[in-house]
Amino acid sequence: MLSRVASNLYWMSRYVERAENTARVLDVTWRMSLLVKEPQLRDQEWFAPLNITGTLFPFSGRHDSVCAREVLHFMALDPDNPSSIYACARTARENARAVRGSITSEMWEVLNSTWLEMQHMDEEKMEQRGVSNFFDWVKERSHLFRGVTFGTMHRDDAYDFARMGTHMERADSTARILDVKYHILLPSVKDVGGAVDYYQWSAVLRSVSAFEAYRKVYRDVITPLKLAELLILRDDIPRSLRFCLKQVCDSLGRVQNAQSVGTLRAAGEVLTGLQCGRISDIFANGLHEYLTEFLESMEKLSQNVQASFFSSRMVE
Amino acid sequence: MAHLPLYNEMFTGDRSVRPHYAAFAEWLAETPAARIAQNRHAADLLFHRVGITFAVYGESSGTERLIPFDIVPHVIPAADWERLARGLRQRVGALNRFLHDIYHRQEILEAGKIPADQVRNNAQFRKEMVDVEVPGGVYAHVAGVDIVRHSDGEYYVLEDNLRTPSGVSYMLENRKMMMRLFPELFAQQRIRPVDHYPDLLVKTLRAVAHNGVDNPIIVLLTPGHYNSAYFEHAFLAQQMGIELVEGADLFVLNDTVFMRTTQGPQKVDVIYRRIDDDFLDPSAFRPDSMLGVPGLLDAYRAGRVTLANAIGTGVADDKSMYPYVPEMIRFYLGEEPILKNVPTYLLRKPDDCKYVLDHLAELVVKEAQGSGGYGMLVGPTSTSEERERYRRRIVDAPERFIAQPTLALSCVPTFVGDELSDRHIDLRPYVLTGSDIHFVPGGLTRVALREGSLVVNSSQGGGVKDTWVVD
Repeated sequence: MLSRVASNLYWMSRYVERAENTARVLDVTWRMSLLVKEPQLRDQEWFAPLNITGTLFPFSGRHDSVCAREVLHFMALDPDNPSSIYACARTARENARAVRGSITSEMWEVLNSTWLEMQHMDEEKMEQRGVSNFFDWVKERSHLFRGVTFGTMHRDDAYDFARMGTHMERADSTARILDVKYHILLPSVKDVGGAVDYYQWSAVLRSVSAFEAYRKVYRDVITPLKLAELLILRDDIPRSLRFCLKQVCDSLGRVQNAQSVGTLRAAGEVLTGLQCGRISDIFANGLHEYLTEFLESMEKLSQNVQASFFSSRMVE
Repeated sequence: MAHLPLYNEMFTGDRSVRPHYAAFAEWLAETPAARIAQNRHAADLLFHRVGITFAVYGESSGTERLIPFDIVPHVIPAADWERLARGLRQRVGALNRFLHDIYHRQEILEAGKIPADQVRNNAQFRKEMVDVEVPGGVYAHVAGVDIVRHSDGEYYVLEDNLRTPSGVSYMLENRKMMMRLFPELFAQQRIRPVDHYPDLLVKTLRAVAHNGVDNPIIVLLTPGHYNSAYFEHAFLAQQMGIELVEGADLFVLNDTVFMRTTQGPQKVDVIYRRIDDDFLDPSAFRPDSMLGVPGLLDAYRAGRVTLANAIGTGVADDKSMYPYVPEMIRFYLGEEPILKNVPTYLLRKPDDCKYVLDHLAELVVKEAQGSGGYGMLVGPTSTSEERERYRRRIVDAPERFIAQPTLALSCVPTFVGDELSDRHIDLRPYVLTGSDIHFVPGGLTRVALREGSLVVNSSQGGGVKDTWVVD
């Protein structure tokens, strides 16, 4: 398939996934902040979503203080913040528009109508609708898009590039969520933790839709070690790092070309680390260090994908 | 062309319903107004969701508009269509013969049927195409012939669009919409289907690959997603299952065209291009074109790739060439033209010029090279000052002008608000030429939504209707 089209498909899916993950993080933050009793501490919660998405710096450039209202607007609706949900919906739709011939009309219609509705969204409407309802809507649109992709798209290279984008973005997002929350996981490795910890941990699980899975897998109270194991090493949790990397490797294997051998090998190395890793070792060497390294290898992998499939230099 | 009352496609002079509209009229009378209003609204929402929009130039970038869709169809009786179809086949056949001739032996010029300088000095005549062999001798693979019905009830050809005619996606989507909203209409009567158009197009494109290419790789070349017709390009590529490419996706190596794919370069055999000649190849035509593919002309001339439509078709749909199409039909086919031309005065002929100058207030005068209504004088609506100014321009360089009687386009009732009101229409059937000539029954009906307006262009407040050929 065309290199440009492959690139558009990959980024289309990445942006849909990014919108969903941002909605998840904001939703959980919103719920958490409602639990905090002291008003002066409430705003502390709102640093997390900025840290997770790496947008604290651009945010501070335009806002004096970090508070619920400002962060919500910046990350959900600000058209000038390229990683806001609004901008992600726009970029996903722009990418889809550039490859309308290569996606099914159902996929296009989902992204197009999402964007049409998003354009009419403002703070007032979001509050009227209920902030959580807005995030539910974003998640539903993303679910719908993935479902439609799964249910209608021809299983050719186009499908693999779209799926690759989804899983690259998701792995990146799960690692970031864990990394930002690692401080609440670390000090209490040996303790069971108090009520606040419980809410923090369950919030992390809920932000990646893994709360129920945790209960099912461990049938136990939430501990940071198990939580990290679930989201990093399990192969049956759709938002775990290992699961995502397995999907990326499968897709990479199917779309292979002469230039992509190194890329596939690099992805395989990351996956092998996840398949053979033990959570106690990861904690012993430092969770933050582990996740930092993981995010760096994802960044490198993303550049490799770019170079081996999307770059026009390869054919000249 | 004498002054007659307007021709109404649905009603006769005494407002009784014409037989081919009877089933629709009955349905309209029986269907509750609320259901019609609701479905008209639903159509708008659906078109928005599907993204059937066109970009508007000159407005802030990314502005996308809907073309207004009207639910009252343009119904054509089968007998009328059969005659139109024969006429289209004949006309496009002759135009393709003409294009082959003028880029080879120029017999029609030798025979003195068309003044040679009209062709050879025409800005649209591409010297690069002289003696180039194109597969099957076909130049205009896709032709969009604009047809109107005048007050005398006769069909006239207004224009032959042989470059990159657009609009066919609206024809297909309008039908889909009508079948979705009012399925009962299609159960009641036999309306000939149109949705196999993409099949016919891909069949046509496959047929014009160069000899020896077994399973040709066909692509659709678009200027990109900021082009006003991008929706159509994407739609057609998808319907045909071919790649939608931009100039930057292609490159030429050793006179062969390749596309850049994730698996490396892949050879391209047929390009259905929706880019004008001038922008196709920056190394041959406009050097500032960012849309084209350097080296494409050489690859084309070397017979390594087919372009549809061919380069240089513009010389045959030029306004100054239009009056000679009936002559082409007689010369190449030895037949009398089935479809009428609008009588056209060529002002370089002294007799025509004198007549036009004496009747400026009744005629439409156009520049032969102009397009899009630019630099036109519409006699009946002009002031005497405008006519005087135009008269001086004509006297200065009469050869630059043509003139035609003002046509009274036929009407079809159209929803304006919640009421039906008569509006002018035209019809653009799409004629495909590969190893054979194919078309789907009907075409795209455009309607001028402003009262009394004769301008059906979408950029100027035009809308569209479904077109039915009924048995």
